[in-house]
Amino acid sequence: MSDEQELRVSKIRDGTVIDHVPGGQALKVLSILGIDGSGGETVSVAMNVPSDELGRKDIVKVEGRELSQAEVDVVSLIAPAATINIVREYDVVEKNRVVRPDRVTGVLTCPNANCITAGSEPVESAFDVLEDGVRCAYCDTILREGIAEHI
Amino acid sequence: MRHDHLISAKQLSRDDIETVLDRAAAIADDPPTREAVLGLLFFEPSTRTKMSFDASMKRLGGSTVDMGSVETSSVKKGETLADTVRVVEGYADALVLRHPSEGAAKMASEFVDVPLINAGDGAGQHPTQTLLDLYTIRENAGLDDLTVGIMGDLKYGRTVHSLADALTNFAARQHFISPESLRLPRSVRYDLHEAGAQVREHEDLEAILPDLDVLYVTRIQRERFPDENEYREVAGQYRIDGDTLAAAPDDLVVMHPLPRVDEIAPGVDATDRAKYFEQAHNGVPVRMALLDLLLENAGDGGESA
Repeated sequence: MSDEQELRVSKIRDGTVIDHVPGGQALKVLSILGIDGSGGETVSVAMNVPSDELGRKDIVKVEGRELSQAEVDVVSLIAPAATINIVREYDVVEKNRVVRPDRVTGVLTCPNANCITAGSEPVESAFDVLEDGVRCAYCDTILREGIAEHI
Repeated sequence: MRHDHLISAKQLSRDDIETVLDRAAAIADDPPTREAVLGLLFFEPSTRTKMSFDASMKRLGGSTVDMGSVETSSVKKGETLADTVRVVEGYADALVLRHPSEGAAKMASEFVDVPLINAGDGAGQHPTQTLLDLYTIRENAGLDDLTVGIMGDLKYGRTVHSLADALTNFAARQHFISPESLRLPRSVRYDLHEAGAQVREHEDLEAILPDLDVLYVTRIQRERFPDENEYREVAGQYRIDGDTLAAAPDDLVVMHPLPRVDEIAPGVDATDRAKYFEQAHNGVPVRMALLDLLLENAGDGGESA
């Protein structure tokens, strides 16, 4: 992150910075993480910032909250190149890449309208993560393109 | 049986399948006894599957309790499937479930401790049909070095999905014959590819028919097509009669999960190739064997004789 880009949103003292999110996907990232503002965290978002690697990228900063690796791994579904920086007292104390999890639960909705998880049953959606997509653990439907639309 | 439930043909190894088929073959001579109660939960109309489970449990010396039709049950009042199975679990030692939604059996099995058998989940799976299909194939053609043609509605046909998955255990060569709009769904093609299956897809039967050991015909349903004319035209191309079969090997085994409408002309019924009624009858010994194994594994429901 260059200084110029950094200035677009101010540095945070403690919390998590998710960088290298594909341009335009930041709100989806927040949605995956279940962050909608109701938890009271201070959240800053920079969208479509010029990036050498991605062309345009988004950056998400969540103050006062250190997201665990398991929490952020789900982000890999739409932002495979994302990096997770844990910040304490303005310093990055940990920097990790997201790792694709084996399974994601409760995040995606099944694209198959006839799937049992699409009705009123008391069950969370569950998807097994494939090399190039995800697969509903209940009805077996494979979702490759447009995963972000099913969050 | 190492499984608690039977949800999908994908969970079955060659060993699992042969265990069920061997027990089914021995059942006439040495019928086991299972004084268990089987709960029948059919959320979709069914004749043969329901009756054959009913007959199978009773022939083992057990009995059945039936939810009845959806119209007359508490489902009509808006009860979830998760609640229904948790209630009926208390009345029965094992459950059989047919449901219009894909994944219903998998979800239901997560809510119960008794064995649960998937008797059809939407356009998903129908693994007990597959076991009786394989029993019929084994009796008539053997399961080794097999070339199978599966024709008709491959997209929505749950018997097709289960059979295709199970046949990968036997390294069968599989040919799929259907109109483009009803070809195998992506998820099944993915599984066959992952299993390293030898798979070919065709739009007509003619070229491949002479190579087949087994021809498995399924019904193309009217409701899969937007208009009557298109349905008639397409369905007509996937119908077999004496003329169609003139080019087939003499020992071809013709199968159908039934009910048929007119996919197989009645003239074929009297030929040695027609095995679909024998196939339907095999539902009883195979389901008896499956119930016996699942109840044995669950450790209740009486002792095997």
